[in-house]
Amino acid sequence: MNVQVEPAKLKAKDFASDQEVRWCPGCGDYAILKAVQMALANMGAEPDNTVFVSGIGCASRFPYYMATYGFHTIHGRAPAVASGVKLANPDLDVWIVSGDGDALSIGGNHLLHVLRRNMDVQFLLFNNEIYGLTKGQYSPTSQIGQKSPSTPQGSVDAPIDACTFALGCNARFIARGIDIQAKDLGYVFTRARDHKGASFVEIIQNCIVFNDDAFAHFTEKKVAKETQIHVVHEEKLIYGADSNKGLRIKPGAFELEAVTIGENGITEDDILVHDETNKVLASLLIAMKPPTMPVALGVIYCDSAPSYEQAVKDQIEGAKAKGLGDMDALLRSGNTWTVS
Amino acid sequence: MNLQTDPSKGDGADGTQMSEADTDSIVVRFAGDSGDGVQLLGGQFSQATALDLNSLATFPDFPAEIRAPIGTTYGVSAFQIKFGSRMIKTSGDLPDVLVALNPAALKVNYKDVRTGGLIIVDSGSFTERNLKKAGFNVDPREDGTLGEHRTIEIDISALTLEATKQFDVTQKEALRGKNMWTLGLIYWMYDRTTDATEKFVAGKFGAESPVAQANIAALKAGHAYGETAEVSGDIQQTRVAEVEFAPGEYRLVTGAEALSWGLVAGCELAGIDMTFCSYPITPSSPILHILSRLKNFGVTTFQAEDEIAAACSAIGASYAGNMGITASSGPGIALKTEAIGLAISTELPLIIVDTQRAGPSTGLPTKTEQSDLFLTVWGRNGDAPMVVLSARSPGDCFETAIEAVRLATKYMTPVFVLSDGYIANAAEPWMIPSMSDYEPFPVSYRSEVEGFQPFSRNEETLARPWVKPGTPGLTHRIGGIEKADGSGNISYDPENHQRMTDLRNDKIANIAKDIPAQAVELGNDSGKLAVVGWGSTYGPINRAVANMRDVGLDVAHIHIRNLWPLPENLIDLLGKYDMVLVAEMNNGQMLTFLRSQTRQDIDGHLKVTGQPLTIKEVEDAIRARVQG
Repeated sequence: MNVQVEPAKLKAKDFASDQEVRWCPGCGDYAILKAVQMALANMGAEPDNTVFVSGIGCASRFPYYMATYGFHTIHGRAPAVASGVKLANPDLDVWIVSGDGDALSIGGNHLLHVLRRNMDVQFLLFNNEIYGLTKGQYSPTSQIGQKSPSTPQGSVDAPIDACTFALGCNARFIARGIDIQAKDLGYVFTRARDHKGASFVEIIQNCIVFNDDAFAHFTEKKVAKETQIHVVHEEKLIYGADSNKGLRIKPGAFELEAVTIGENGITEDDILVHDETNKVLASLLIAMKPPTMPVALGVIYCDSAPSYEQAVKDQIEGAKAKGLGDMDALLRSGNTWTVS
Repeated sequence: MNLQTDPSKGDGADGTQMSEADTDSIVVRFAGDSGDGVQLLGGQFSQATALDLNSLATFPDFPAEIRAPIGTTYGVSAFQIKFGSRMIKTSGDLPDVLVALNPAALKVNYKDVRTGGLIIVDSGSFTERNLKKAGFNVDPREDGTLGEHRTIEIDISALTLEATKQFDVTQKEALRGKNMWTLGLIYWMYDRTTDATEKFVAGKFGAESPVAQANIAALKAGHAYGETAEVSGDIQQTRVAEVEFAPGEYRLVTGAEALSWGLVAGCELAGIDMTFCSYPITPSSPILHILSRLKNFGVTTFQAEDEIAAACSAIGASYAGNMGITASSGPGIALKTEAIGLAISTELPLIIVDTQRAGPSTGLPTKTEQSDLFLTVWGRNGDAPMVVLSARSPGDCFETAIEAVRLATKYMTPVFVLSDGYIANAAEPWMIPSMSDYEPFPVSYRSEVEGFQPFSRNEETLARPWVKPGTPGLTHRIGGIEKADGSGNISYDPENHQRMTDLRNDKIANIAKDIPAQAVELGNDSGKLAVVGWGSTYGPINRAVANMRDVGLDVAHIHIRNLWPLPENLIDLLGKYDMVLVAEMNNGQMLTFLRSQTRQDIDGHLKVTGQPLTIKEVEDAIRARVQG
């Protein structure tokens, strides 16, 4: 009698390659790497069927540290390479790892198109608001005034917000997490993988060497509860150390407002319920910034649509179903003549 | 044979010397506004000519603007065809017959017409306004401008309107039949029937539609106009004898078609699916259009967001186990350069088709040139060798594409296939091959876990194993950073970089053993002069060398397909000639390239006008170097 043997459940370390991790000590990337490995193990992902594709930058060394298939490509182009992988083999589970410079500066065009096409991949953007590997120049997400080797008097460029960009590209899944919040990241990664289509995840990541504490004003433990809101579909948008703060539509205006329950006649009934399929709400949540508003974290937007590679595959299968191509017949199609 | 042209008039005055055999061929150029349907007219005439068993070569020459202002010289579109009763190898130097559908078309083209040639103009279009737009201060029909030529004026516009007035079409639609009326007349001139075109028009617009009926009426009216001899004496009917083609089944094929089909055929022989990723660019786009209709062959086409993404997604597809292919023209190839380096470094198969156009920068998008040799052989950062092949004719694109798939998959390397604007658009009769004539070359993917290393090497080919992601037990990482020989892990070891650089070089150099030895196309394998060409200059060089050999000159033709690695015997072979002359459509790239490979003194005949080489200029270049 055949006995079905359950394959041994993989652990996080089974997703770690034998290569020595070479990020700076204390880099936020370590925590993200661990969170990804843990999440993949918990999801029951198969290393043999998983591909990590990256561009260039600190974050892009990521694939070398994963015991999966991996491709470290060229600056900014990971989404394009990953698109080719997914088109050739839609059954693969494809993850793209990128940074703020790689994804939003040199690779902005490819990020735009992988999102609007809705290619079924997970895009992880490690945002540290700085160029690390080239030693500290300001990035497209750096705040105005950022002092760096290339902006000694402070940068004058207006920054771009990663999730706003993604929403503008018609991404169907947008989430945000923080490098040190492994459990929340795990949930977001799982949701991203489950979502069929392009899943965009911005991970707030601390660069300890060139931009330390850039996010401390909302990531430090002592302020976190008052400056972060973890959004959950169909649950009230409530946050705060005492869970007494919430978001509502500001009366007479088309904007969100942070309010305190129990003050000024505000009750829990006034607080909005998160609807992750609501794009307008998503755009408002994404734009929130301290100190007046909390930073939105979790799955901010998820509204599925058919994925690109599936539509491509359907067209090919449809064409094949009408009759497989015959090369000899193709060469003889149209006007031909015979000389005897 | 050729009743329109009196060969005796061809000698002397304009310097063209009609070789004996040239009277067996006729060159006709159709020219008109880019909205006049000249390319369609030319295409239809080519089909009919092929079906009448004449040999032929065509040269569509159109402006970069889609619809330039009507009546201007920069909006002129032309289509030249050379056909005849012997094997035709070029689209012809100077037209015997020019059909000009407006003054601008006449202005741009009349100087090319062979002395004593025939010019047919649509007199209905010669209004004062149109003459002015074309830049004629005086009507050229009246001031002796066309004095050396015979000119026939026909009011094609009015005759077309007359022929189509009974149909329910607007005047604008009716006038669009001008090309059909003209085609009808030309059909009559060369004793061809209108049947195939009638069928084509009915198929295109629907047999019952007024537009189809009007077009067919115009076509027939043009034919009848010739028949009723309203122009007798000026135009006479000519029958061009059939060519003795080798037995077989034939069709007309353009380079873009043959190249696309060759890529599909190559993938079939390799037993692999194709993922074709490209970004629209002139004159490369037809390959994307053709392949996008071949999904039933398992072909995936992907119109990427830009040239870089096209190359990168093709690389991703190859990494996943498909044959990743991208195509472009000069400016697009420049953008793909970094990605190609990645494919070289990660040793993945990749095919890049470069349909060359005149440069630099945007250059002349619709004009031909072969000036991407440096770009493809040498144009990458680092020491980055790869295979470069070039096709010599539309039909040859098929063979070249198959060879590209074979080399890319066998050696795990990117391969450039060079075509050009001329080859891509030109049509020629092509003996249709049978897939059973080709030996399959199935690819093998690594699946054995024991002893696997991503950068181990096949002893014979030096290729690394190809592993499809998804293969159990073979997870590994690759990338553009220098990798350790064998394991593929990141390595900054100096000795390792030297070793890997040598290995990448040796792998490509080694391919010279797996390609045909350089042959001599025409003439002896030693002697006074060898004319060396590559790519689309094959036709004019071959004909010029043949003509000069006929008059007793010691000259040979060598045509290089394998630009890198070069055939092993090439340099020795060149050394057997007293002189070597490179004839090419650039400012000396093959010339410089060959000089870098040999100490031999090599000379060049170089041209960058955006037009193909002519037979005559190559003959002159030979005569200047070798006497009888």
